[in-house]
Amino acid sequence: MPLTQEMLLAAYRRMRTIRAFEENTKREFERGNIPGFVHFYVGQEASAVGICLNLHDTDFIGSTHRGHGHCIAKGCDIKAMMCEIYGRRTGLCGGKGGSMHIADFERGMLGANAIVGGNPPLVIGAALSAKMQQRQAVAVSFTGDGGANQGTTFESMNMAVVLQLPAVFVFENNGYGEFTSHDYAVGSKDIAARAAAFGMPAVKVDGTDFFAVYEAGRTMIERARAGQGPGVVETVAKRWHGHYMGDPETYRSPAERQSLQRDSDPLVKFRSRVLETGALGAAQLDGIDRDVTELIAAAIDTAAAAPFPAESDLLTDVYSSYP
Amino acid sequence: MSHKSYQRALNEALRQEMQRDPNVVLIGIDIAAGYSSAAADAPDDGVGGGILGATAGLIQEFGAARVIETPISESAIMGMCAGAACTGLRPVGELMFADFLGVCFDQIFNQAAKLRYMFGGKAQVPMVIRTTVGAGVNAAAQHSQMLHSIFTHIPGLKVVLPSGAYDAKGLLISAIRDDDPVIFMEHKGLYEQAEEVPDEPYSIPFGEANLLTEGDDVTVIAFSKMVQVSLAASRSLAQEGLAVELIDPRTTSPLDEDTILESAKKTGRVVIVDEGHPRCSMATDVAALIASKAFHALRAPIELVTAPHTPVPFAPTLEQAYLPNANTVAAAVRRVAHDR
Repeated sequence: MPLTQEMLLAAYRRMRTIRAFEENTKREFERGNIPGFVHFYVGQEASAVGICLNLHDTDFIGSTHRGHGHCIAKGCDIKAMMCEIYGRRTGLCGGKGGSMHIADFERGMLGANAIVGGNPPLVIGAALSAKMQQRQAVAVSFTGDGGANQGTTFESMNMAVVLQLPAVFVFENNGYGEFTSHDYAVGSKDIAARAAAFGMPAVKVDGTDFFAVYEAGRTMIERARAGQGPGVVETVAKRWHGHYMGDPETYRSPAERQSLQRDSDPLVKFRSRVLETGALGAAQLDGIDRDVTELIAAAIDTAAAAPFPAESDLLTDVYSSYP
Repeated sequence: MSHKSYQRALNEALRQEMQRDPNVVLIGIDIAAGYSSAAADAPDDGVGGGILGATAGLIQEFGAARVIETPISESAIMGMCAGAACTGLRPVGELMFADFLGVCFDQIFNQAAKLRYMFGGKAQVPMVIRTTVGAGVNAAAQHSQMLHSIFTHIPGLKVVLPSGAYDAKGLLISAIRDDDPVIFMEHKGLYEQAEEVPDEPYSIPFGEANLLTEGDDVTVIAFSKMVQVSLAASRSLAQEGLAVELIDPRTTSPLDEDTILESAKKTGRVVIVDEGHPRCSMATDVAALIASKAFHALRAPIELVTAPHTPVPFAPTLEQAYLPNANTVAAAVRRVAHDR
């Protein structure tokens, strides 16, 4: 299916929103306005958006500690997300989850997950529900190159093949698992190549190229949706920032980030391509940029003014009932 | 109503709940075993349904789509149950032995138990993990542990320990209908225990202790198979003129604190019998409850009868020494009763 103008606009809007969300969150974190710690997705925007543009609200995704981009790509409400990151009662999770646990079941967002390799088992469970209830829905696990080495991931991949589940495993190879390079930690150097041994197809793409990710995602997602079993997409896009906010990044040179920003900016790539082909006009893109700037500023204002949870909220939501 | 084993009671609960609700699915290793085509010629011992036999016959009735055989991948099983539970199914996963918790704890305590709270109440996780616990079958250190206190420690989990066939059926039905993750711990040494069990479905609420015997002399609080052991002890003690009030809490999370405290206040003398290890255990938990909320009613120190702080040994002689028995329970009751 060719990308319609509407889809291209949605793609750009979501990528721009992720970028602006992260840059503004970073600034607010540096000012001490956000508690805890945060992990930024800047540089990988095309991965989440390229995959999620193939999904509906009735499809599921599972995410990681670096989950803001996935939430936005899947359609979570920006203000409610920001409130959650600020730990406010009006957040998507009532302030009980924070940056690493944003979830929105109405959007099929099964949660960011602070355990590396934590989400693949949950995602195959969602795929099982979809299959059992014949909903033609698909469940997508976003996992990093770090999570790619966890046993839970291997177990889930095998299980998905054995049970022929409508699941897609997206490995976002962003270069580093915490402080350790993918070149060191992935023995075979090639995550996508592992898929064949599990009995499923894989595509490896440039994760800064929205169009390549979209096509790869489409192939695997539609295949899974049609009942043809699970697949793998590896998207390669290095993160621009450290593992977490405040990471001294002694494991790589400042030159690496400069070259990523100069040569591999997914938004710049997208913009030049759609302008070159005439698919979108500069005014349309600039309009989105302005909208997004306003949206994020309003989200921060809303979050900063929102109430914190009350002490009485501490004991709620542990159980649905507990005598 | 008819005489049924614990194992058959479990099987009946699973069957009746699967008949009632199409969203109930079973997920586990070998849960359909003995009925695969490859085993068609194998001698049938009449049990089937995997090593535990609790799922015997269910694949024939409900098919492979609802009795889901899995690879030996406990993390994927537990996480798949949680993921399926929060997206519309009511999975009953099987962790063949509670000891295997060691390879899948994250998916239980960081995922299943916490999804609801982390997501501000948005996730509903109606799943059951059936697992077997307990020593006494010479299965040694990695197939014999109780571990119920570890699960009880985790907010978000409910923990159930049926001590007989009647409770096994009613509590399992409650577990399947419950909207939270339930760890359902079946004692291997009780599988053959049999008693009157109604044919029709019934549920037993969580957090309501069972008072097996009433008595004014000593309160005995026991868990899982230790309830049967304590019942035997209380019968012999009755002949000595000691009236034991035997309480089976049935669930450790939630815990029926009221029944325990009421009895402790009445008798002033308490023995807690638990097959778990003694440190940070249900025994110490209940002792602390009584000491902090019924201290002034106590007329003797609380006695704890537990397994020792050792792994479960293999040699039958050692395993028998490891386990509390009716004699050690009776001795503890006598010490408490005669303490001035």
